[in-house]
Amino acid sequence: MATLEIRDLHVTVAEADGGVKEILRGVDLTIRSGEVHAIMGPNGSGKSTLAYSIAGHPKYTVTSGSVTLDGEDVLAMTVDERARAGLFLAMQYPVEVPGVTVSNFLRTAKTAVDGEAPKLRTWVKDVKQAMDDLRMDPTFAERNVNENFSGGEKKRHEILQMELLKPKFAVLDETDSGLDVDALKVVSEGVNRSLERTDVGVLLITHYTRILRYIKPQFVHVFVDGRVAEQGGPELADALEESGYDRFLAKA
Amino acid sequence: MTAVDETTDPNPTDPVTETPANGARAHSHGAGTVPDASRAERVTSYDVADFAVPRGREEEWKFSPLKVLAPLFAEAAADADETAHVEVSGPDAVEHRTGTPAEIGAGAGFRPGDRAAAASWAATTQAHLVRIPAEAELDAPVLVTVRGEAGRTTSGHLLIEAGHHSKGLVVLDHVGGGAHRGGVEVRVGDGAQVTVVSLQEWDDDAIHVGQHDVLVGRDAFARHIAVSLGGKAVRISANLRYAGPGGDAQLLGVYFADAAQHLEHRQFVDHEATNCKSYVEYKGALQGEGAHAVWIGDVLIRAAAEGTETYELNRNLLLTDGARADSVPNLEIETGEIVGAGHASATGRFDDEQLFYLQSRGMPEADARRLVVRGFFADIIGRIGLPDLAERLMATIETELAATMPGAHDALQAVATGTSTTTQTTTEEN
Ligand SMILES: Nc1ncnc2c1ncn2[C@@H]1O[C@H](COP(=O)(O)OP(=O)(O)OP(=O)(O)O)[C@@H](O)[C@H]1O
Ligand SMILES: [Mg+2]
Repeated sequence: MATLEIRDLHVTVAEADGGVKEILRGVDLTIRSGEVHAIMGPNGSGKSTLAYSIAGHPKYTVTSGSVTLDGEDVLAMTVDERARAGLFLAMQYPVEVPGVTVSNFLRTAKTAVDGEAPKLRTWVKDVKQAMDDLRMDPTFAERNVNENFSGGEKKRHEILQMELLKPKFAVLDETDSGLDVDALKVVSEGVNRSLERTDVGVLLITHYTRILRYIKPQFVHVFVDGRVAEQGGPELADALEESGYDRFLAKA
Repeated sequence: MTAVDETTDPNPTDPVTETPANGARAHSHGAGTVPDASRAERVTSYDVADFAVPRGREEEWKFSPLKVLAPLFAEAAADADETAHVEVSGPDAVEHRTGTPAEIGAGAGFRPGDRAAAASWAATTQAHLVRIPAEAELDAPVLVTVRGEAGRTTSGHLLIEAGHHSKGLVVLDHVGGGAHRGGVEVRVGDGAQVTVVSLQEWDDDAIHVGQHDVLVGRDAFARHIAVSLGGKAVRISANLRYAGPGGDAQLLGVYFADAAQHLEHRQFVDHEATNCKSYVEYKGALQGEGAHAVWIGDVLIRAAAEGTETYELNRNLLLTDGARADSVPNLEIETGEIVGAGHASATGRFDDEQLFYLQSRGMPEADARRLVVRGFFADIIGRIGLPDLAERLMATIETELAATMPGAHDALQAVATGTSTTTQTTTEEN
């Protein structure tokens, strides 16, 4: 049983004009293994900022607060150390890596995260199976990472990595956006498989409730203006489905 | 790789000028430096006397380290033996002969275009012919090794003749030290498919000026790949001409310039025949104080060359401060009846988002950089078609990369010389 704890997190970004803008204004969240937490919020409320701050993106500066993984100071770790400690971020906009094939990328990542190269035989089988489960064509493995991928392919590729790298905690940033219903089901099944097999804790960031029909959160946090405005169980998501974010925005 | 475009061109034009390969668009970059009235007017001659010793003011020499290259401009003394040490091996079907350039029939597809090339031609007493017979399809590459020696200046000429409808791959590897000037003449017969790879794997102190002329037969496919990793100063001029219509040719290159190393690649694609295609792509990485890469891509589409399709591209990846990349595409178009013409040039540094993505998958920064650089070169090196050789070249690149990692990627200097484009006529064509 692992715990990811975020306490009073404040984060700023440097603006183009040289100014500094505070985006996260005191976030508190505790996630345990096997739990699914949905973070819902309007555009620009700081959801991706939270995701990137946990992963350690250099663009974001943590000005106060803490993030710990089983008591270890995550904020003191480099980006790659966080990944090796068991954190995973499925990105809203995954980046192209020209000239690097998916298969090479996956193997390199797996080796880095585990600290040793995977056994070739089982690894090849695992990759094949995971790609098959996500309805990804085998030829995909020889394409360059995210290069000319459709929106849906990028998201499948992110979930593929989650399934293969087996993190302790996964932050999924708008994994549902840009997916049609079929793809949404396939990708959700992938997340659910990880939940069953690895006891991963999931922070599911989304703007809409539709992915919550397939991935059932135990906790729902409404994110407004850089902090959690309200939290509750799955019923909170249903309420948002009905009334939208207006009620929170009015308050903010 | 996201391009960071920086330019110090006195006449700045869009540093990244991309024109789609179909549908020529009128360029209006006439303000750039125009080297000659036309690239076609540049002198070619077998007589050294027709070329003055370059002083550095000449357009075609202004980027080169002339003091370093000086030994290669000297005429060979009458009693000097400048014979380069050359080893040739390959499949049985291939004919290998040596003799004077005249004896092996050299020259029909080669005319020296600068002083070093003319001096080399004059000094060569033992040239090499590698002939792939008509219709032969080689099942293994031909390997030609030129071994330089410290303290010596060597000259040489290699004629690669591919008979009609033949298929083959020739790898020319330059190793060792000293000063070398070498001509390479590639004559690709009608319908033949030939790849010539020139590896510059010189010792650190070697200097090399080479001219490689490729003559592409009717409906033939030719590919020239320059890989420059070693040497103190290397300058390779690759010239492409078409002997008949329907030819398809690629000039590709990769280079990795280290501290105080000068790697220069010039191409001249001369389109005169109809319905020919050319594609030029050079990619380089630079690191260390005084690392200097020069890429000059001249393409001329003559009035008669209707149906031409051409694209040229140069990308530089600056890994540290103190390195300089000059990149000058030059496209001259004398007919509107073309399929497409375009060029792009960009000099940039590591993309932080790429590095973040890889690091967020557990890879330490140095590994992430290595993977990005590997990816940057993978495509062109892969097109050599020899996995073992590709792996060896990648390993060399990674060894060089290790010298500066973890590098200071924040402070970088890019000097893109911008684009100088002369356009006589360009109109839309379906
Ligand atoms: N470099 C920056 N300079 C100024 N503002 C920034 C910068 N980066 C992010 N922001 C702002 O921070 C706020 C939060 O952005 P963030 O991407 O975290 O929102 P989000 O909740 O993920 O939105 P979305 O639903 O659109 O993905 C936005 O108002 C955004 O414009
Ligand atoms: Mg977002």
